[in-house]
Amino acid sequence: MKLKTLMLGAVATMAFAPAAMADRGSDGQLNIIYWQAPSTMNPYLSGGTKDIEAASLTLEPLARYDETGVMVPYLAESVPTVENGGVTADLMQITWVLKEGLLWSDGTPVTANDVVFTHAYCTAEGGGCAQGAKFNGIESVTATDDRTVVVKFSAPMPNPYQGFVGQESPIIQAAQFADCLGEKAPTCTDANFMPIGTGPFRVTDFRVNDVIQYEANPNYRDASKPAFATVTLKGGGDAMAAGRAVMETGEFDYAWNLQLAPDVIESLAAGGKGVPISGFGTLVERIEVNLTNPSPSLPEGERSTVAHPHPYLSDAAVREALSISIDRDLLVEVGYGQAGRPTCNLVPAPAIYASDNTACLTQDLDRAKQLLEDAGYKDTNGDGVREMADGTPLTLLYQTSTNAVRQDFQALIKEWWEEIGFAVELRNIDGSVYFGGDPGSPDTFQKFYADVEMYANNFPGTDPQAYLSAYKCDQIPSPANQWNGENINRVCDPAYEALIAELGQTADLEARGAIARKMNDMLTKDSNIIIPLVDRGRVSAHSNTLGGVVLNTWDSELWNAADWFRVK
Amino acid sequence: MTETAPLPPVRSQWWDVWDQFRQHRGAMIGLGFLIFITLFVIIGPSLWGLDPNETDIRNKNLRPFYTGILSGEKWSWAHPLGSDNLGRDVLANLMQGGQISMAVGWTAMILSLVIGTLVGVLAGFFRRIDGLLMRFTDLVLSLPLLPLLLVMMLLFRDTLRAAFGPETGIFILIVVGIGVTSWMHTARIVRGDVLTIKEREYVLAARSIGTPARRIITRHLLPNVMSPIMVSATLGLASAIITESALSFLGLGFPSDFPTWGKLLFDSVDRMASFPERVIWPGLCISLTVLSVNYIGDGLRDALDPRLRGQ
Repeated sequence: MKLKTLMLGAVATMAFAPAAMADRGSDGQLNIIYWQAPSTMNPYLSGGTKDIEAASLTLEPLARYDETGVMVPYLAESVPTVENGGVTADLMQITWVLKEGLLWSDGTPVTANDVVFTHAYCTAEGGGCAQGAKFNGIESVTATDDRTVVVKFSAPMPNPYQGFVGQESPIIQAAQFADCLGEKAPTCTDANFMPIGTGPFRVTDFRVNDVIQYEANPNYRDASKPAFATVTLKGGGDAMAAGRAVMETGEFDYAWNLQLAPDVIESLAAGGKGVPISGFGTLVERIEVNLTNPSPSLPEGERSTVAHPHPYLSDAAVREALSISIDRDLLVEVGYGQAGRPTCNLVPAPAIYASDNTACLTQDLDRAKQLLEDAGYKDTNGDGVREMADGTPLTLLYQTSTNAVRQDFQALIKEWWEEIGFAVELRNIDGSVYFGGDPGSPDTFQKFYADVEMYANNFPGTDPQAYLSAYKCDQIPSPANQWNGENINRVCDPAYEALIAELGQTADLEARGAIARKMNDMLTKDSNIIIPLVDRGRVSAHSNTLGGVVLNTWDSELWNAADWFRVK
Repeated sequence: MTETAPLPPVRSQWWDVWDQFRQHRGAMIGLGFLIFITLFVIIGPSLWGLDPNETDIRNKNLRPFYTGILSGEKWSWAHPLGSDNLGRDVLANLMQGGQISMAVGWTAMILSLVIGTLVGVLAGFFRRIDGLLMRFTDLVLSLPLLPLLLVMMLLFRDTLRAAFGPETGIFILIVVGIGVTSWMHTARIVRGDVLTIKEREYVLAARSIGTPARRIITRHLLPNVMSPIMVSATLGLASAIITESALSFLGLGFPSDFPTWGKLLFDSVDRMASFPERVIWPGLCISLTVLSVNYIGDGLRDALDPRLRGQ
């Protein structure tokens, strides 16, 4: 009898123990909805935020940024600085030390060689790595022992935290990607869709442009995390449906990037099942001007390449006219309300990098007309559309992703541009395709088969160096790099490249700010190659039963998914 | 002299058809509505005069007059059916959108009818090519419409845009897309009818005096398969309008500044709860047009069938 009681007691203790410890996987299923469906899990092959964020559940960098923009170590033991000796005083070298006992989700140990391989993967010949700018200026990456990686720069690197930091450049497993270097990268479907990672979750099923299933990573470094056993990341649909699924019906726990009109978000939140959360970062909705000719009459492979400059958008006067004819206050009022503010800057934050450029904020249609008139674009045949000297009318193809707010912007901007004498044709493309980066599709934003296009982009972390360095001649998307460059406008300016180099050698924060502001002005105020519209706050939503969410505008929104839990 | 009774005035058979058609109340109402909606979209814009794309931010989100009068919300006679979130007039958009939707519907229907009838008659009349044509029909029948249209968009959009301009280019693409994917049912029905009719005595007689195939088809076959063709035409019109709406609803059809009924629906779904009228009106236009066309088809089938006529 006594023995039986004892045994019962023991069984009871064992049964109750997990509840007390909040074990891994104890909170069941987590449902996340991204209305742009991820098309790959490899951030090095896609510039799309949706792909990078979906991958951030599985792949982790050495360090990433928290919600205040401060760097926190992830796979690294600590963030190396000059003070702790991790960065040499001449800014030529940084030494990362991996945490002890890190395992990949397949159970093999994470070694310094994986970090070395990650660099080799992104910089391989013919690869067209989408995150190439992250590894600019790196001369060599070497492993000195199993846990130590030494990164040497070719010139003093004032901001050495570019490669291997943030959601865009996570560490990938050398064993899995060994045969996927260079041109072979897009062909490694298994590796690109189901990468082995170190993050809190691992992929169990990947359906392109549809749904991703994850389960808790059994080898995650914190034995009590993540709280959720499985994750479903559903992609596709639209922002409205995503917001409704979280805030009105409660089918999903987290909805990413609800780009909806302010009155619509308000009415959704009235559903009571979830709450919208917002934060301002560096996200700028902008119009990018194509400096190359996208005409379909050009042969495939030469369209939108530097071989053919744009017939009239390469004229700065035209671009300025386009910019000052836009009423940005009205755009904010229509599209974002509290979650947006008008801007003329590509880099709107942090304060030290933000230029005081406000010239574009006042709409001036008369001056825009005068600019076009003076530059020789006159309406000679009286049809309301100006012509170039050779009689070709100024027709603009203006493309963006399918999204209610963006289509409203298109309608308004089209009206202003038609008033100053352009013929504007609108096109909207499904977001999964537009941002998908598929080199076979003519509709991606990198291919840019249009005269102007609109989207939003931001930079992770607090330093804009990598972001501003994208506008280099060798980053121009073209067939040679599978259309993967980041220099969407195809701008190629030696003076700008000189500033990139200078920024790369300046350590003093004030001086860095001055250079970055100048670079920002060169792209916006001085040349209007980029026409910024709205500095966007990010609005996402989580259900009332999902705890631990911290909206991070400096890194992936899913950055702390390991800490998310079910509110009981 | 014997008196002969005067012959009744010569009447074409179409008068009989019309008399029979008039008996069908649903078809008459349908015809009335179709004429009304056609005039509404064709003459309406010139009478109403507002540009459907003109934004007027100060007058955005106006309610239609009936809601305005009943509940006292902001409204104006300048926009009797209200305005959208950018202040574009809903009535003007309905008319403009109707023009496109109806044009797509009619053209795609005629195209699919021509192809369907051609394939059906050829397959039914000439046994040698029957198997080939019908297997081809089966093949096309098994193609899914939406993915096919997506691929067509991708392949031909830029070429057509360069040749015909953005709107006409997409119009041709959509019309051809719908046309070439919806002729199969007509073809099958027509072939079946042709198979029975060509065994009839009068066709045999025509054949025996050496009438060429072309004459037999135009003189004897086509008039007798008219009735199923007409019926499938009405169904085709309806389904073409719906397919175009579905494409626009998915955001794949015309550019966003080019309203069609489906596009209006698509744009209004976000604010469906607060402004139901923006969904109701285009939705009503689509469903009533489709319904009226279906009723006309119903009436035509009765009227064109000589066995039913005159009962």
